[in-house]
Amino acid sequence: MARDTAAEPFPFLLREIASGLAQGLFSPKEITAHYRERIDRYDGDLGCFLHVAEVSGDTDTSECAPLHGAPIALKDLLVTSDMPTTCASRILEGYRPPYDATAVKRLREAGACFLGKLNMDEFAMGSSNENSAFHPCRNPWDRDRVPGGSSGGSAAAVAARLVPASLGSDTGGSIRQPASFCGVTGLKPTYGRVSRYGLVAFASSLDQIGPLTIDAADAAFLLEILAGHDPLDSTSASVPVPRFTETLDGEINGTRVGIPKEYFSEGLEEDVRERVEEALRLLEGEGADLVEVSLPHTRYAVPVYYIVAPAEASSNLARFDGVRYGLRKEEETMMESFFSTRGAGFGPEVKRRILLGTYALSSGYYDAYYKTALKVRTLIQRDFLEAFRSVDVIATPTSPTPAFRAGERLDDPIKMYLSDVFTISVNLAGLPAISIPCGFVKRGKALEERKNGDAEEEAMQGGADLPVGLQLIGKPFDEAGILRVADAYQRRTDYHLRVPEAFS
Amino acid sequence: MKVSHSEVRRIANLARLRVEEDEVSRLSEEMSRILEFAETIRELDTEGIEPTTHVIELTDVWREDEPRRGLERARVLENAPHDDGACFVTPRIG
Repeated sequence: MARDTAAEPFPFLLREIASGLAQGLFSPKEITAHYRERIDRYDGDLGCFLHVAEVSGDTDTSECAPLHGAPIALKDLLVTSDMPTTCASRILEGYRPPYDATAVKRLREAGACFLGKLNMDEFAMGSSNENSAFHPCRNPWDRDRVPGGSSGGSAAAVAARLVPASLGSDTGGSIRQPASFCGVTGLKPTYGRVSRYGLVAFASSLDQIGPLTIDAADAAFLLEILAGHDPLDSTSASVPVPRFTETLDGEINGTRVGIPKEYFSEGLEEDVRERVEEALRLLEGEGADLVEVSLPHTRYAVPVYYIVAPAEASSNLARFDGVRYGLRKEEETMMESFFSTRGAGFGPEVKRRILLGTYALSSGYYDAYYKTALKVRTLIQRDFLEAFRSVDVIATPTSPTPAFRAGERLDDPIKMYLSDVFTISVNLAGLPAISIPCGFVKRGKALEERKNGDAEEEAMQGGADLPVGLQLIGKPFDEAGILRVADAYQRRTDYHLRVPEAFS
Repeated sequence: MKVSHSEVRRIANLARLRVEEDEVSRLSEEMSRILEFAETIRELDTEGIEPTTHVIELTDVWREDEPRRGLERARVLENAPHDDGACFVTPRIG
């Protein structure tokens, strides 16, 4: 499973690639060709990409610091002036945006070379990437399993080393849960830290763009480029952006790590709990103080989310009307065309959420659902602020289970929604959080094996190693705090450096 | 909360979403289950609690009112399903 780095022609960490390019050890053309070759070889099977860019590496990005032409790929809901943007939806098939998202613009100016657009759940609605209208994406650790979602392509592509880093977006866990399922590092910054201009909106009060990388130091490296106020996004915060990379010193002696007991209760699979507890013991061994904290409204986070997020989505997705861009079904009248276009263009999960949101906002139900949910959101936010009076960061599992099998949760929306049970409250409170690999658990290869009598034993023999994620949650705008702990952990472990056998 | 078939049709109409007859019963069942799940929040006492619509403090921002170039018309119309070179063309309103 471990990678023999000596045999590699190129470094695999983003910052090392950038530094190799800066020193002229290899050219942008060579590094681009290397990743392009991996994409050609592996992506037919994995399905990470919705669009692979035609790049030569001949462009002058090599002059641009700090990336110097290093390759990156983007979740397909960030608008790009030189590549299509579909949000994995039929309603935007073939759409060529006339401008760049601010995050894309900043990466471009920093010298990024874009390899393409990555697969996702349609409009970022889903936890398995199975809601992509075009094709599913598979988990590189076990191709019968989902990569997580909604940024499934962004996580799987980094895990299989088809790109050194990618951007995703996180509304209820959509960066962290797939990072956990695929064994990569995924950072959701504080709400307001990264401009959302040009991020196709799902739930505007929850959405945030963030990097998926091999390690926390690369996440810090990218966040320095992405973060900062943008006059084009009224919710982007005017707060100073620290030099995140410079705060990573490997030192966690005296750091107070909060352990919320509500996150270690029923629903958390036993071996996932063990991996997370091992990680906590390692932090403790390095001098961190583990402190039990309580987030008493945790169990209400998923219900609140499934009122607030669909409500915002139903409003945001009203713009897809077939008039100015995207799919149009021609009808006799404009009104008929709206119904036909939206009926044909949106997939089942998107329709379900538009209807739920419309219902929660409609006359007679607004107070009972939407307004009550917003009040409970206040209680959830207060829980965190209270806990952060006595701790510096909060540590939890990222997801209660490792990657689940494709198809397993498709017929049960609530079960699917519960895969984000540990990530959702972070978005409701607007906090930064990171998921980092903290070990592996074994699961059976095929469904039949578990149905047999000796299920467990057979499952162990033919089983796949699946990654487990540790989530670190920080105070508002304290990405530096969680990156520091994540980096300190990764200096002492190598889980984040492992590559699935088929792709090493 | 049970969402009836007619309620699904009424909501779909508000959302300008065509829902086929064979989808109605599935949606009615799924929406009922999800709302029943969401209703657990109503067991909390939220009397006097301020609702949170946004987590960060937003203040009004001022800037000079200067004319700026918008997007190029031709570039925008490239994505239009139907246009006449200057405007979007739609079916008749009504």
